[in-house]
Amino acid sequence: MRRHLRNLLERGIGVAMLICALLSVATTAGIILTLVGQSVPFFRAVPLGEFFAGRKWAPLFEPPRYGLLPLICGTFLITVGALLVAVPIGVSAALFLSECAPRRLRDVLKPVLEILAGVPSVVYGFFALTFLTPNVIAKLVPSTPIFNAASAAIVVGIMIIPTICSLSDDAFRAVPRSLREAGFALSATRFEVAGRIVLPGAASGVVAAILLAVGRAIGETMAVTIAAGIKPTLTLNPFESVQTMTAFIAEVSEGDVEAGTMASHCLFAVGLVLFAITLGVNLVARWFSRRFREVYE
Amino acid sequence: MVIMDQPQGSLAGAAKAEMRPSPVSAPEPAGETIVRIENLTIRYGDFSAVKNVSLDVYRNQATALIGPSGCGKSTLLRAINRMNDFVPNCQVDGRIVVRGRSIYDPGCDPVDLRRHIGMVFQKPNPFPKSIYRNVSWGAKINGYRGDMDALVEQCLRRAGLWEEVKDKLKQVALNLSGGQQQRLCIARALALQPDVLLMDEPCSALDPIATARIEDLIDQLKTDYTVVLVTHNMQQAARVSDRTAFLYMGELIEVEDTHVLFTHPRHPRTQAYITGRFG
Ligand SMILES: Nc1ncnc2c1ncn2[C@@H]1O[C@H](COP(=O)(O)OP(=O)(O)OP(=O)(O)O)[C@@H](O)[C@H]1O
Ligand SMILES: [Mg+2]
Repeated sequence: MRRHLRNLLERGIGVAMLICALLSVATTAGIILTLVGQSVPFFRAVPLGEFFAGRKWAPLFEPPRYGLLPLICGTFLITVGALLVAVPIGVSAALFLSECAPRRLRDVLKPVLEILAGVPSVVYGFFALTFLTPNVIAKLVPSTPIFNAASAAIVVGIMIIPTICSLSDDAFRAVPRSLREAGFALSATRFEVAGRIVLPGAASGVVAAILLAVGRAIGETMAVTIAAGIKPTLTLNPFESVQTMTAFIAEVSEGDVEAGTMASHCLFAVGLVLFAITLGVNLVARWFSRRFREVYE
Repeated sequence: MVIMDQPQGSLAGAAKAEMRPSPVSAPEPAGETIVRIENLTIRYGDFSAVKNVSLDVYRNQATALIGPSGCGKSTLLRAINRMNDFVPNCQVDGRIVVRGRSIYDPGCDPVDLRRHIGMVFQKPNPFPKSIYRNVSWGAKINGYRGDMDALVEQCLRRAGLWEEVKDKLKQVALNLSGGQQQRLCIARALALQPDVLLMDEPCSALDPIATARIEDLIDQLKTDYTVVLVTHNMQQAARVSDRTAFLYMGELIEVEDTHVLFTHPRHPRTQAYITGRFG
């Protein structure tokens, strides 16, 4: 009898878990379906050539222009800028944490890093707008407008440092101790072991960490909307105002777009592109981290 | 049995002079003490793993460390090239003198020390790099300026691995068999031209044939190097070593010429251990 009850309970829990799993899969599927369904009318009206190769983005003006390049360019500019900030700092901080820091220092630094990851992105946006731009960037390049890609790139870089640092640290610590010992026994210094054994040994893990951070940078909305502006510009100059794909979505959704209008379909089309890019980046990241797991087995 | 490569003679001399300059370089005559351990006590926190051990290691000999598991063999061995530095709570008292220099003195640089004292670990641990780069790695970071190809070949020959790998030097070392990997690790250590080679149970992960090859190798290495070998295998100690030290619970019970220790142990504990009554 008791046994019977336990079996029933077991099965009940199993079913509940299955439902939860199905629910999350269904949600994702729902999102994708909506994205695709809602953007179909857009792609009916706008030729793919104009969408992907057009050099002007002005969907809300008359006549509307649907060239996505300025938005892609804005996203690209900020992502690359953020990586230039975050990769050197994040990776070397991780290398320091895993190879050099005494255990006590490490126990302090790691939580601090995680707090950094918890700061809301609005805060970063205002930090860029009210501090970085006037006090740093305007001093270096005086002609810079108040909304500019550089300040946004820097704060997005700061935002993704914890991701890069924490995941790289994991990758470094997955390098077997025996390899470090082999290095030390061959008269290597700590620096040589870190740079020539641990870093190359964890290379694919670090790449995976960077790719995941790229996904975050591309998807970041608030800070870039606040700091980089909402002016779609086809430029690679970081000292100009740019609009990213996410900033466009935020801008248009804030105003009142009616469902079924071209503006709303356009929104979903951009969302679909964004989704495809982040999905692609994440898939590559996963492929990399799977490879990296196999290295020592 | 596989035919071993002929020993290639010492690589010392010309090649060595091209490495980073070193304070320890005057050659000593054979049979001299090359490592002198004096009243060495090693603690992990409050626990003494090695207790007041004094032991001399003679040049061009193989010295075996035997004793039951946990008696401190590895700890003692790792003290000789200061690998215990990386164990956070490990504290060393007493002295180890390597060719006249006390290695735990503040003035002694452990990185420099390890150029002269190579180490081979229990589990083969080749780098996930090519065979060639495994061997050249240590020499390269130590600023070797000579003919690297020649050095790699010499070391691989010396380790009895050359014939098996000469056509696939660019392949990643992880594809080699366990025994081949261990010989590669020996070749890698030889590339630094060490005076002393420390080996911590180098055959315990290997099958009997691979073990026999490593034992042959140790025998040959004695002509140019000094070997300190930790082993659980009494036959191995008897086969390859000139002197054997028996440790028990951190203490050095007895150290003697190998054939004497195995035929006429002085201490009843040694007697019991080598006849297999405990441990
Ligand atoms: N990092 C460490 N921290 C604390 N205690 C340690 C540490 N390493 C070793 N010990 C302890 O020191 C003692 C000696 O260890 P050691 O590894 O030298 O033994 P061993 O003779 O090599 O044993 P085995 O034959 O099993 O390899 C053991 O009791 C072990 O538990
Ligand atoms: Mg041991």
